[in-house]
Amino acid sequence: MSLCDHCGQREAVIHLTQIVDNTVTTQHLCESCAADKGVDTVAQVGKHPLGDFLASLGEGAAGGAVGAAAGQALACPQCGATLLDFRQTGRLGCAHCYLTFEAPLRDLLRRVHGNTQHQGERYRAPGSAPGAEGTAGGAAGPGIGTLRDRLRRAVEAEDFEEAARLRDAIRGLE
Amino acid sequence: MIDLSLVPDGGLSWLDGSGPQAHIVLSTRIRLARNVERLAFATRGGAEDRARVLGLVDAAWRDSPLGKGSVRFLLDELDGADRVLLHERHLISRELTEAPSAREGGSGAAVFLSGSTGVMVNEEDHLRLQTLRSGLALPQAYAEVEQLDAALGGAVPFAFHPEFGYLTACPTNAGTGLRASVLIHLPGLVLTKEIAKVLQGLTQVGLTFRGLYGEGSEVVGNFFQLSNQTTLGKSEAELLDHLGKIVRQVVAYEEQARQVLLRDAPTVLADKVWRAYGLLRYARSLTFEETMNLLSGVRLGAGLNLIPGVSVYTLNKLLIFTQPAHLAAFEPPVPGDPEAGSARAGYVRRLLDEEAVRSAQARRPAS
Repeated sequence: MSLCDHCGQREAVIHLTQIVDNTVTTQHLCESCAADKGVDTVAQVGKHPLGDFLASLGEGAAGGAVGAAAGQALACPQCGATLLDFRQTGRLGCAHCYLTFEAPLRDLLRRVHGNTQHQGERYRAPGSAPGAEGTAGGAAGPGIGTLRDRLRRAVEAEDFEEAARLRDAIRGLE
Repeated sequence: MIDLSLVPDGGLSWLDGSGPQAHIVLSTRIRLARNVERLAFATRGGAEDRARVLGLVDAAWRDSPLGKGSVRFLLDELDGADRVLLHERHLISRELTEAPSAREGGSGAAVFLSGSTGVMVNEEDHLRLQTLRSGLALPQAYAEVEQLDAALGGAVPFAFHPEFGYLTACPTNAGTGLRASVLIHLPGLVLTKEIAKVLQGLTQVGLTFRGLYGEGSEVVGNFFQLSNQTTLGKSEAELLDHLGKIVRQVVAYEEQARQVLLRDAPTVLADKVWRAYGLLRYARSLTFEETMNLLSGVRLGAGLNLIPGVSVYTLNKLLIFTQPAHLAAFEPPVPGDPEAGSARAGYVRRLLDEEAVRSAQARRPAS
């Protein structure tokens, strides 16, 4: 058993390898010191977020948006897929599923990717005006995109009042 | 049997070993996952939906800069051996080698190819744009596939969400839809037993590794595919830059490990690589796995100039053409050779003999 590099008392269970300017450093930390340093231990322990997420669907104990959505057996109006179908196949039914199951999927995307906001190239659909974006099922527009950006920043800043207001505004637009 | 000579370069231009770091990095592959707006994803949609997707992509591909002189294979019309042949060339995924009738939502799959750049249709996602390049060539490969993305996306409406980016059948691909994989040969790290540490480090920096044939395949011949794990929350440039940085670092570790072997165990190393060469040059029966492992040894020897006169091209060619479907398609069958071990050994001997002759001629001074 190796001891924590930081406190030297507890067993090191988190092995953090960082690469900064081409220099590799590895720290061996106990859970408590890792948490103090802001290392997200959950992300490292949950190696199979998709599998864990799929397994948690349909379990009553999952709680929160995931449990509620699964409990309602909500079906996508466009393709008829439910979260249980997703659980069984690991595949969504259509692009509109991302809107139908938005809350649980956002939760899943955050667990899988550590982020939910696309930072890559922005798609312009054929024949669309400059600046307009293609959307899943055509339900959302650029206005919502901006609001979502602000919502994301509000959540990151832990400004939950602002986040709740933005969430309602987005729902209203949808 | 399909005529692969219709594909420019047979889709194998990357074998020439012309790319950067080609002695250690065999190839760079980038794929982008895209889906057509308002149609159910390929596994949930009906045959009609998939036929519509195929029609849309077909028209868009013909009008794209790559359409000219390209080839289209409809997988519904190919037999099993042909599908495996395309897979062994890394032109279609393992899923698409199964009979269309045996796969859920299996009809309507196709691959459009212009050399080693193309698009798979009706795999897990409606479109999988892909390209393969020699060596470590992430920016070049991305430029190629981005151009194809612009051409097809300008004609076919893709499903895109302002927050989640490009929408894919599996949420693990959402966002950029980009998976970049680098096929890398790491015998030095395996022999010095450093490989476990390196692979563990990779998973901690958001990368993942697989075997020669991608997802779910085993590591053979010390060939690893390193790729990005996540696709959402970082731009394409950031994802490629990060992978490129780490791969260059792994290449540096591999080179260090090789120098350690040369310094600490030169005789053992020389014996190992020459034994591998000797077996390949003279054996009368070889299994595929044994061939991969021996090719790994010879590749290491050639990279360290211990074995002169064996080109990266020949070594790459041996990797592809000793696979079962390639042997069955291109080598005459040997009686009483159900596993094609004799045919494989015969092919390997022939290529290495030809290479030895070429190498001797090159060394002979011009008279």
